[in-house]
Amino acid sequence: MTAPAIVVEGLTKSFRRPHEQMHTLKERALHPFRRTTFDELAAVRDVSFEVERGEFFGIIGRNGSGKSTLLKLMAGIYAADRGDIYMDGRVSTFIELGVGFNPDLAARDNVIINGVMLGLTPREALERYDHVMAFAELEQFADLKLKNYSSGMQVRLAFAVMIQVDADILIVDEVLAVGDVAFQQKCFDVFNRLRDDGKTILFVTHDMAAVQRFCHRAMLLERGEQRLIGDPERVAAEYIEINFGRDRTAGGPTETGDEDAPERYGDGVAEILEAWFSDEDGERADTLRQGAPCGVHARIRFHEAVEHPAIAVLLENDQHHPLFATSSEWIEERTGSFAAGEEVSFSVAFENWLAPGRLFASPWVVYRGGRDLMDRRPRMSSVVVTGTRTSGALVDLPHDITIEHGERRMAGRAHG
Amino acid sequence: MTVHAVPRGRHVKGPSAFGSDRKRFWHLTFTLAITDFKLRFFGSVLGYLWQLMRPLLLFSVLYVVFTEFVRLGNGVAHYPVVLLTSIVLFTFFVEATAGAVTSVLDRENLVRKIEFPRLVIPLTVVVNAYLNLALNFLAVLVFMLASGVEPRLSWIQLPFLIAILGVFATGIAMLLSALYVRFRDVKPIWEVLSQMIFYASPVLYPIETIPNEKVQHLLMCNPLAAILEQVRHAVIDPGAPSAAEAIGGAERLLIPGGLIVGLFVLGLWVFNREAPRIAEEL
Repeated sequence: MTAPAIVVEGLTKSFRRPHEQMHTLKERALHPFRRTTFDELAAVRDVSFEVERGEFFGIIGRNGSGKSTLLKLMAGIYAADRGDIYMDGRVSTFIELGVGFNPDLAARDNVIINGVMLGLTPREALERYDHVMAFAELEQFADLKLKNYSSGMQVRLAFAVMIQVDADILIVDEVLAVGDVAFQQKCFDVFNRLRDDGKTILFVTHDMAAVQRFCHRAMLLERGEQRLIGDPERVAAEYIEINFGRDRTAGGPTETGDEDAPERYGDGVAEILEAWFSDEDGERADTLRQGAPCGVHARIRFHEAVEHPAIAVLLENDQHHPLFATSSEWIEERTGSFAAGEEVSFSVAFENWLAPGRLFASPWVVYRGGRDLMDRRPRMSSVVVTGTRTSGALVDLPHDITIEHGERRMAGRAHG
Repeated sequence: MTVHAVPRGRHVKGPSAFGSDRKRFWHLTFTLAITDFKLRFFGSVLGYLWQLMRPLLLFSVLYVVFTEFVRLGNGVAHYPVVLLTSIVLFTFFVEATAGAVTSVLDRENLVRKIEFPRLVIPLTVVVNAYLNLALNFLAVLVFMLASGVEPRLSWIQLPFLIAILGVFATGIAMLLSALYVRFRDVKPIWEVLSQMIFYASPVLYPIETIPNEKVQHLLMCNPLAAILEQVRHAVIDPGAPSAAEAIGGAERLLIPGGLIVGLFVLGLWVFNREAPRIAEEL
């Protein structure tokens, strides 16, 4: 039975942030009795996971979620407060490309320095020099000082060194954010090859597309705690949800208690009391999953008796683009008579093929046949649609794709 | 440690002074030192000449002052050679220690971006100072032979003396570089202290010219003084007092010797203690 490549158990790390940094003896001498006070900032809290040999494991989280700290703990850059890390095999860390690169030296020296930093012997680094230059496609610039390289060339060189280090476990931060698209593709090709060679790769990012494309499993970190470990699709979906969920509490438009007086139109014969979205289970929801059935609802009270009013709702995105509108009068003009003081509920059920993002509902109530308003509440309620990819378009319709080319035929269905 | 049902890999202990891989530790030290050394030479047109010029210029000034105006060197055998040798050795000491003070901070990108054995950093500075010393000593050697100093068997002491000087410098380098991360005052303090050590060592004046024997013995407790005096005795002028004679008895050499060992142990202890947290405190 072989050991898992990585075992992390109960890993905890907090940073002490002094309120007033005392850097000089004078400051200490002047205030001998002033104790420096600290804020304890728990960056990583009780994180445990295992990564099997040959697995491509993603760690995602927002800025400040502790993913970089976790990475640095695993890379041996920070000391953990509690918990253990076990690694089986040679580890290489790529938190930054080209660590130790010196702009005043030629590529050759830099390749050797960087190789030694990453754990090669100088001799090994020298032996691999030709491969490095070939991979980086920089052979004709070998004698050029690094400061005369373009930034793209430097990145290529750094990446080329990095993959020459035959580590069993690679710990990779978002180094791939640099470089052009073609180079990024090359990087991922290499990662795929390494993965197929049975290397273990731990990949930290906030790019969910990358996680979904490459990782076998992923872990979601939120405020230092592990929220979820599992299938990348699920982790990515959860990630989007917490991203937007927080957004709402951070001060998006809310149903009630806005500081600005809510915009309101109409003669007040009817009053829209509230509006909300519901998810596939019919529960009130802050987020809606793309592709699932959902609904938008309103509760209305009539203050006077009304005959055949129409109730309508408009859905908009955050750019004020109208996405979808419907009205009761399109289905049945004669909605009946309503007595003064009567409350009615209004529901629209639909399948959610809207693009991920924030969605606003504006309900209104009008007199029969006319455009005279009883009440209208622009953007009264909002919800976030979550999806695992963003096409940039307003809707993501379920669809089939077919490419026919001679004998070959490729077909696929999007949205299951 | 409990017995695990599942086999596990190597326990990652986090950053430390030595790191987990001794071979890598030394590869890093020498690769970095050699790189710095190369950079110094390729960076400027005159390269090696500048390296040589610094002690030589200081030497010429001091030589003129102390032979023409103050006449301290009169009647001292091979005074210019003693002066130059002492200056070169002192230059090594200052390069190794003052250079180490800010070294950890200067290498911030390494400390914070990869698993990097912390002790490599001050050691690199010492190794680099040694490389410079080797070059400077070539000039000293030429000057020595030209001045009529005869090669003798006791020259064999020289490598050992230089090694002891290196241990002394390394101890201080470790101590200062670790302390500097927390206390930025270390830099000016050490600048003043190293000046004081310069004047407290027999660089300008031969130790026997000090009239009061007690003061002479006291000055020789300074490890640098003891080393310089022994170099003078063993390499340049056998007529000059050895370190043991100048301090007033071989057993008293335990004092500078103890200081060297003590500072080395202290430096190592402090550095080792600070090493795991250096990345967070920079």
